[in-house]
Amino acid sequence: MFGLDKKDTSMLIIVAILTLFAPFILNPFPTESAMAQFNAGYPDLMQRFVIFGIFAIGFNILFGLTGYLSFGHAAFLGVGSYSAVWMFKLIGMNVIPAIMLSVIVAGLFALLIGFVSLRRSGIYFSILTLAFAQMSFNLAYSVLTPITNGETGLQLTLEDPRVLGVSATADGSIPVTNLFGLEMRSTFELALGPWAFQFNAGYYLCALIMLAAFYLAIRIFRSPFGMMLRAVKSNQQRMNYTGLNTRPYTLAAFVISGMYAGLAGGLMASMDPLAGAERMQWTASGEVVLMTILGGAGTLIGPVLGAGFIKYFENIFSKINDNVLHTWFSFLPDGMEDAVVFIIHPFIGKGWHLTLGILFMLVVIFLPGGLVEGGQRIKGWLSRRKAKDSGKAAGETNPAE
Amino acid sequence: MSKFDVSRRRVLKSGAIAGAGVALPTIFTASSAAAFTNEPTGGSVTLGFNVPQTGPYADEGADELRAYELAVEHLNGGGDGGMMNTFSSKALQGNGILGKKVEYVTGDTQTKSDAARASAKSMIEKDGAVMITGGSSSGVAIAVQGLCQEAGVIFMAGLTHSNDTTGKDKKANGFRHFFNGYMSGAALAPVLKNLYGTDRIAYHLTADYTWGWTQEESIAAATEALGWQTVNKVRTPLAATDFSSYIAPVLNSGADVLVLNHYGGNMVNSLTNAVQFGLREKVVNGKNFEIVVPLYSRLMAKGAGENVKGIHGSTNWHWTLQDEGSKAFVKSFGTKYGFPPSQAAHTCYVQTMLYADAVERAGSFNPCAVVEALEGFEFDGMGNGPTLYRAEDHQCFKDVLVVRGKENPTSEFDLLEVVEVTPRAQVEYAPDHPMFAGGNLGACNPGA
Repeated sequence: MFGLDKKDTSMLIIVAILTLFAPFILNPFPTESAMAQFNAGYPDLMQRFVIFGIFAIGFNILFGLTGYLSFGHAAFLGVGSYSAVWMFKLIGMNVIPAIMLSVIVAGLFALLIGFVSLRRSGIYFSILTLAFAQMSFNLAYSVLTPITNGETGLQLTLEDPRVLGVSATADGSIPVTNLFGLEMRSTFELALGPWAFQFNAGYYLCALIMLAAFYLAIRIFRSPFGMMLRAVKSNQQRMNYTGLNTRPYTLAAFVISGMYAGLAGGLMASMDPLAGAERMQWTASGEVVLMTILGGAGTLIGPVLGAGFIKYFENIFSKINDNVLHTWFSFLPDGMEDAVVFIIHPFIGKGWHLTLGILFMLVVIFLPGGLVEGGQRIKGWLSRRKAKDSGKAAGETNPAE
Repeated sequence: MSKFDVSRRRVLKSGAIAGAGVALPTIFTASSAAAFTNEPTGGSVTLGFNVPQTGPYADEGADELRAYELAVEHLNGGGDGGMMNTFSSKALQGNGILGKKVEYVTGDTQTKSDAARASAKSMIEKDGAVMITGGSSSGVAIAVQGLCQEAGVIFMAGLTHSNDTTGKDKKANGFRHFFNGYMSGAALAPVLKNLYGTDRIAYHLTADYTWGWTQEESIAAATEALGWQTVNKVRTPLAATDFSSYIAPVLNSGADVLVLNHYGGNMVNSLTNAVQFGLREKVVNGKNFEIVVPLYSRLMAKGAGENVKGIHGSTNWHWTLQDEGSKAFVKSFGTKYGFPPSQAAHTCYVQTMLYADAVERAGSFNPCAVVEALEGFEFDGMGNGPTLYRAEDHQCFKDVLVVRGKENPTSEFDLLEVVEVTPRAQVEYAPDHPMFAGGNLGACNPGA
């Protein structure tokens, strides 16, 4: 379907089902139960899952295919956010022009940075992109304050012109972002017994865009262009010696992945119209590298998984505090309870970085191919077991020789 | 590759499905009918405490969290009741808020606007918080205040000292008990005049965000009115931890006063650097070199140790105050945690109490009813003397303390001494004062 082979089609369909039913899948625990702490099915986090999924998919087009490790991708995300918020301030609250502008601006910015950075490869390329991103971050903080509003972040005000919309609604508040009247924040709550599921308009917009972005990434991966990028990864020198200029290909990959980042930034601003400079900080750039590696660089679905994994930790584990722990372990005797809480304490709340770091190390050491490799191993193990079972049933299979 | 054949029937079918998909969310929104966002329906009500647990303001955040836990305990009838006994309004019964048990969720703002908003959003969307409070940075406070306005919940600002929080970025759903940069300037200027005279040259180092900018503006305006000159204003990044490169140029600038518009870990580091460079022993223009820290706190004094001795600044509240409210608060905080509370803890505790009281008086958790109850509310017994929540900008007006690092501290908590209590009348300003102009409260938003 859609020009994909059977395997890719089924993967696209699986991703589509997962994203569309995410409100159910991410809310497995009843609202009142103690495990509700681990529910992730609320609009803000679901939006983050898919938005960072887009970001990581785009990053993977560059890193996974060409092997160029960019340490400055957050700059494009930030630029996209700022352009989107400016569209909300100047044009109106419809998200379409905002998202379009953020993709275009991020693309132009990527063209500029890519043109300079891609003169070098390997570590030098990484350092150049890192330098550019930090430069953008510091500029956003200092001299560009009139455009970016510095550390406070760019926000909407009641005085913004919004030529195609209204500066303020009838009841005197700032209008909200919408898609032709459909408010991005509007949420329908479905209560099924003790469970509560939230369906958010903004999430579904992001999810549909992510599916489109995912589809596009599959097509790029399977195209001759994608093959050329893989060739760059395996041996760029040999390609150059055969008389082939690889620069246009790498630059195109860089710009495409920059536009993906811009799209993610624009969507972030569309869901929550605020843009802060810390979105461009090197830690944010590092985060997308972590997402891609954690999920599995060079695989299609890996970056999306990695993005979900990291955002889950950031938002769920950082919210667990000692009080919550005490309620969980209240069944233990007093001394035991305190001891258990004491042991777990460094890994939750503000210690979520530690938990994530340990998991990241484990994944990189034992599953160098990321979460995708983990999935493949489980699948392999299951099929081997199945083969063994059927093998027993049908008698020993003969070796080839 | 699979074949993709288009028939009339298929187009119609997929068109209908797509149409239904687009229409679905709109059908859903029409059916959700609650009076306001996160209306508490069960036997409990959830408050969201959003404080910095990591980053330069983590110490303040930890103390804020302690104060919130204490406030919740008191509201639910536990402990000794603290300032509930001295509060001039007697609406609170110690049985929760409107009979509902108070529960809370916590989150980490990381002192970043983005992270703070994400954390506040999850409190509102996932945990059903009906009020968000906390924060130890004005950038964060302004960002979260904007979010709460959009989402339709009340925001009770924690420690935020920027003029903009209740100035150009004020919001109808947001309230601030803490004082601000203008008040610091107005309170400090007379004291500085008496101490250092009217012929001084000041050099500003400023944390580069909304709070730093407005405090720098306020202090510069107040000191220039005394006759001081301002030779330079240098912005430093909030994330900076080493200020030596910023201190060195001060030595050759001809300035004889250094104003540190820094707070928390920033101030501890910049003051330590300044002392290490020997600024305090220097004599410039025939006068002793002086350092001023306009916004002071005990936690910072503790962090900077010996270096704070004799350095002046202003503060919202200090635990050595001898009024009944402060004594009651220090007692119950000290009993629970073993040390006295900071000003951040005080303002957060008071904000929680004021919110609970406003709900109790309004008889409803509806944000618009709470806004009405808080606007123009006059109260006493919360440690700052008679206080007014001004309706025009949702800013509290009360006395401001000018403090000094103590020369001979008697304990590890006795680090500051109150030099002067500046009366409320001296720090008041018109709601349309140029430093606060340009904003608009808008209308209260109950959400849903």
